[in-house]
Amino acid sequence: MDLVLNPLAAVGRGVLGACRTVGNAALFALEAVSHLFRPPFYGRLFLKAFLEIAYFSLPVVALTAVFTGMVLVLQSYTGFARFNATGAVANLVVLSITRELGPVLAGLMVAGRISASFAAEIGTMRVTDQIDALTTLSTNPMKYLVAPRLLAGALAMPLLVLVADVLGVMGGWLIATLKLGFVSSTYLKATFDFLQFDDVVSGLVKASVFGFIVALMGTWCGYNSKGGAQGVGGATTTAVVTSSILILALDYVLTEMFFAQ
Amino acid sequence: MSGPHDPPQGQPAAQPEASTEAVNRRAEVLPPNTTQASLLAAAAGVPKIRMRGVKKAFAGKVVLDGVDLEVPAQSSMVILGGSGSGKSVTIKSILGLVEPDEGVIEIDGVDVLRLPRRDREALGDRIGMLFQNGALFDSLPVWENVCFKLLAQKRIGRAQARDRAAEVLAQVGLAASVGDLSPSELSGGMQKRVALARAIAARPDIIFFDEPTTGLDPIMGAVIDGLIVDCVKKLGATAVSITHDMASARRIGDQAAMIYKGRIVWEGAAATLGHSGNAMVDQFANGEREGPIQMELRR
Ligand SMILES: Nc1ncnc2c1ncn2[C@@H]1O[C@H](COP(=O)(O)OP(=O)(O)OP(=O)(O)O)[C@@H](O)[C@H]1O
Ligand SMILES: [Mg+2]
Repeated sequence: MDLVLNPLAAVGRGVLGACRTVGNAALFALEAVSHLFRPPFYGRLFLKAFLEIAYFSLPVVALTAVFTGMVLVLQSYTGFARFNATGAVANLVVLSITRELGPVLAGLMVAGRISASFAAEIGTMRVTDQIDALTTLSTNPMKYLVAPRLLAGALAMPLLVLVADVLGVMGGWLIATLKLGFVSSTYLKATFDFLQFDDVVSGLVKASVFGFIVALMGTWCGYNSKGGAQGVGGATTTAVVTSSILILALDYVLTEMFFAQ
Repeated sequence: MSGPHDPPQGQPAAQPEASTEAVNRRAEVLPPNTTQASLLAAAAGVPKIRMRGVKKAFAGKVVLDGVDLEVPAQSSMVILGGSGSGKSVTIKSILGLVEPDEGVIEIDGVDVLRLPRRDREALGDRIGMLFQNGALFDSLPVWENVCFKLLAQKRIGRAQARDRAAEVLAQVGLAASVGDLSPSELSGGMQKRVALARAIAARPDIIFFDEPTTGLDPIMGAVIDGLIVDCVKKLGATAVSITHDMASARRIGDQAAMIYKGRIVWEGAAATLGHSGNAMVDQFANGEREGPIQMELRR
């Protein structure tokens, strides 16, 4: 009987633990978001986080986007050539980039950069009593440290992804015209003729959600870290891993939602 | 700055009469943000801080096991005790940074553990704290650290904050130019003094000092002691300090209390430290290996 019950108990404990974690993170997010509607507002800190995400992540996201566009053209060209459909290459590239690859790849890149840096910075503040110090200095740490970062994540990512979309399509166009002999004007026409407003918007909505998730996991893991340098290291790893996984999982959920419409 | 040499006496902190005259007299010396309620409470003889039966355990390990402590208004209390005995946890629980498992903590006669969060935050506006490790914000320059609370409460603008920071930095023996440095560019003792400047810059009504002079040279230590005494005697603040330095404890403290095994085992005038008649306290104050306190060392 024990043999049967114990594995079940372990699974039960795991599920309960997971539920508790998700609940805690959700409460954390709710509290932080509620601070966005109550003064004082920390515009300076919001701007700093916004620049960190939208501007300083630009090089790595741009490179990712350009190369992805380039590879996508090569791959789809060889694939489509088998059934004489190379005319669809431009459509495939622009749709996959705006709807899918732009937000997801930018999200993963930003997850590595931003959630790690948020977790490390806030985690260090936690283990060196700086967060307690904020409280004693008439400043709510959720309002000061977390809320501006979440807002910056949700607003900066769409901007970043918009740039990534353009660069990705350009990367594809570059290879198509220079290497595969497409005529530039036909390729571009095919790109824009089939592109719909919704394709871009759904990608930007995803981007906003991913940006929020990245900032949330970074701040949450940092905020709850304990145990010195080792704890901060662990918090950083957890932040990057969970935000990456959540991006991929939520990507499915969001695509399903948009697709169902 | 005046010398740090006022002989510490057990001053009669709370007069029995609660006349409005006494209240008004206090209003001149107390910080501007002191509420009328706290003045009345002080005049009526209610202790500034009172802890009763405060218990706290971390993951089953009991740290505070029923701490009882009273700090009269406008007096200076020194808390002594071995390393790891729970001194920092005691003051963190008064500040609300650690949630006790049991017990009552009152400030001006108000039970703070049962206050709604907003009121508790308002209470925090009148309290200053020097953390044991400084806890300076390394993303901000020193001057912003020092004036952080004044800026947060919008009591001064950013333009005035630099001047105000220079003023407070001077009180802790630091040049105004230090204000433009980042905390990571300072020596340990300088960081401690900046943290002290930050704790007192907003003229709090209650100030906690967690090892204010650790890591300072003896002369600077005496200067800082004098500053703490001034906060109490001139500004009318109530101070609670943790220190391992007996000379410093005698200088800054009116009263002293010793914590051992999670309880307050002795309370008395700070001047008597070393010859208090309590074997435990005297052993601790004189740093003797033999005595009722056994250090748990493994051989
Ligand atoms: N956040 C925490 N989590 C777990 N244990 C803690 C925590 N804070 C303190 N403790 C434990 O509580 C005990 C008392 O800690 P505290 O920091 O109050 O000591 P202290 O008296 O200030 O010592 P010291 O003089 O060395 O600063 C220690 O044994 C410590 O391990
Ligand atoms: Mg301590």
